[in-house]
Amino acid sequence: MNRKHKEMLYFTAFRACALLVVLALVILVGYMVTGGLGKISLEFLTEMPRRANTEGGILPAIMGTFYLMVIVLVVSVPIGVMSAIYLVEYEQSSWMGRMFKLAVYNLAGVPSIVYGLLGLSIFVGYLGFGFSLISAGLTLSIMTLPLMITASREAISAVPQSVRDASTALGATKWQTIWHHVLPYALPGIFTGIILSVSRAAGETAPLMLTGVAMSLQTLPDSFFDSFMALPYHLFYMATQSSDLLATRPLQYATALVLLLLVLGMNMVAIVMRKRYRDKYKW
Amino acid sequence: MALKLPVRNKQGRGRRRNEHVPSRERAIRYVLMAATWISVLALAAVFTELLLGAFPAFTSINIVDFFTGTVWNPSHPLYPLYGVLPLFVATLMVAFAAALIAIPIGLGCTIYLAELASPRVKAIFKPAIEILAGIPSVIFGFFALVILSEWIAMVFDPVNKLNALNGAIMLAVMMIPIMVTVAEDAINAVPNNLREASLALGATRWETVRHVVLPSALSGIVAAIVLAFGRAVGETMTVLMATGNSTLLSFDFLRSVQTMTAAIAIDFGEVASGSDHYHVLFLVGLMLFVITFVINFLADWVVRRFREEYK
Repeated sequence: MNRKHKEMLYFTAFRACALLVVLALVILVGYMVTGGLGKISLEFLTEMPRRANTEGGILPAIMGTFYLMVIVLVVSVPIGVMSAIYLVEYEQSSWMGRMFKLAVYNLAGVPSIVYGLLGLSIFVGYLGFGFSLISAGLTLSIMTLPLMITASREAISAVPQSVRDASTALGATKWQTIWHHVLPYALPGIFTGIILSVSRAAGETAPLMLTGVAMSLQTLPDSFFDSFMALPYHLFYMATQSSDLLATRPLQYATALVLLLLVLGMNMVAIVMRKRYRDKYKW
Repeated sequence: MALKLPVRNKQGRGRRRNEHVPSRERAIRYVLMAATWISVLALAAVFTELLLGAFPAFTSINIVDFFTGTVWNPSHPLYPLYGVLPLFVATLMVAFAAALIAIPIGLGCTIYLAELASPRVKAIFKPAIEILAGIPSVIFGFFALVILSEWIAMVFDPVNKLNALNGAIMLAVMMIPIMVTVAEDAINAVPNNLREASLALGATRWETVRHVVLPSALSGIVAAIVLAFGRAVGETMTVLMATGNSTLLSFDFLRSVQTMTAAIAIDFGEVASGSDHYHVLFLVGLMLFVITFVINFLADWVVRRFREEYK
């Protein structure tokens, strides 16, 4: 076998690997779509579950996930963006900056179930929020914080230094520079990060199991301190604990498909947005 | 006004600036700093809360038995046994097998995307990989539970339908996108003049990749693998739904196992707050935290060494 043949052999193998990965995505999504599409209807999306989830819709689960996303948006986004501004613009190289970055990096690697333990002992226990929407939402907010910070940091540091220098040279203060000249350019990147973080929060299950997700509810949560249902946990519960696993399989597929469409839809918006933004600003 | 001596410049980079900072600017700075502290506090809170939660277990159960015990049976009414080994072994088994599957495929995929693929192919494949990374773990778990386990049953004739292999394959699929994203950055960071020099000397493209690009990007690739491995160790829903949750110590991939993450997720449903079992679960969580912390630290260390190579 000469060198050219060897090269061809290896490169074909690499191409096969890449195709395999894309194939895995297609198979996964394909099964969810074919399994669940027939079952999704207006009633399924807008009705309460009946007979211990074996009939009826998933409205409380959809609304629960929606509320969680709102909490994450309200809590995690401002903190994340402010941290990112601070890390890029104010604290570049001091030991404190390094410590902050190390903390964010390690926070990103903490397993999601450990965040569940955090939520259980701090929000449910010490702060007395109980097993509730707010406990779960705050837990998810902390979990998505590192993602939020990293994405915003990249967007802000992609703005060239010359923009800052020009603004400062005209007499603008540091904050005026950031507010009027750095953030507007970084905004599309930050929005991409926000969408990705919120979609991550929407799909997360393990922390919810320790902070108050309910198996089946006939009502929507009235306040932040109520128990709630959520799409991913609903899928887990239906697929593993439901009273008749096989009979409810179509419902399981349909729930999976709704969750998948929600998360993938958000991901795709983020990807397209980032592409547009990259094409628009080429520094 | 008295002459002001130059004070240490808090804004870094050693430059001297105008001493006068308007109070509004200073206030904004403090608000931003406070927001940044939340991350540090969160990390400290995670660690402290795990320590506090696990601490009573150090006195109420025999800690040596915890680390060396081969039986995990915490819900036995009279003689509960808290040996973490079955869970620990299961976690490592599933994660290592997943890594064994993910490394060759992920590496091949990375090389294809970074070195071979045309921009048009890349424009399809890269978003696809990103989307794969965005799929919620509970959906991977559901797929493993309903479909992958059937495929495995057809091929291998397993002891339990839900087994370690099922979880490992599913985890591998989840690891690949993480690996590819980080490793591709490492390969792209190799300067082009190295490739050009190698090609100019008459090497084929494969020889260039094999002997020039891969060795140069090696530490970045290792970091990618380590990082993906860390995520596999910490993954909960996929293994919870895929591996069947038998707590017997077993090294057989075709048997059902329960990982540390799955044990925490399941047992908390039935445990009384403040019981021995409750504190032991926090201890398992603490162990998990330490393991992933060390793994992340290793990955970061390798990456930082890598950055120094090309400055």
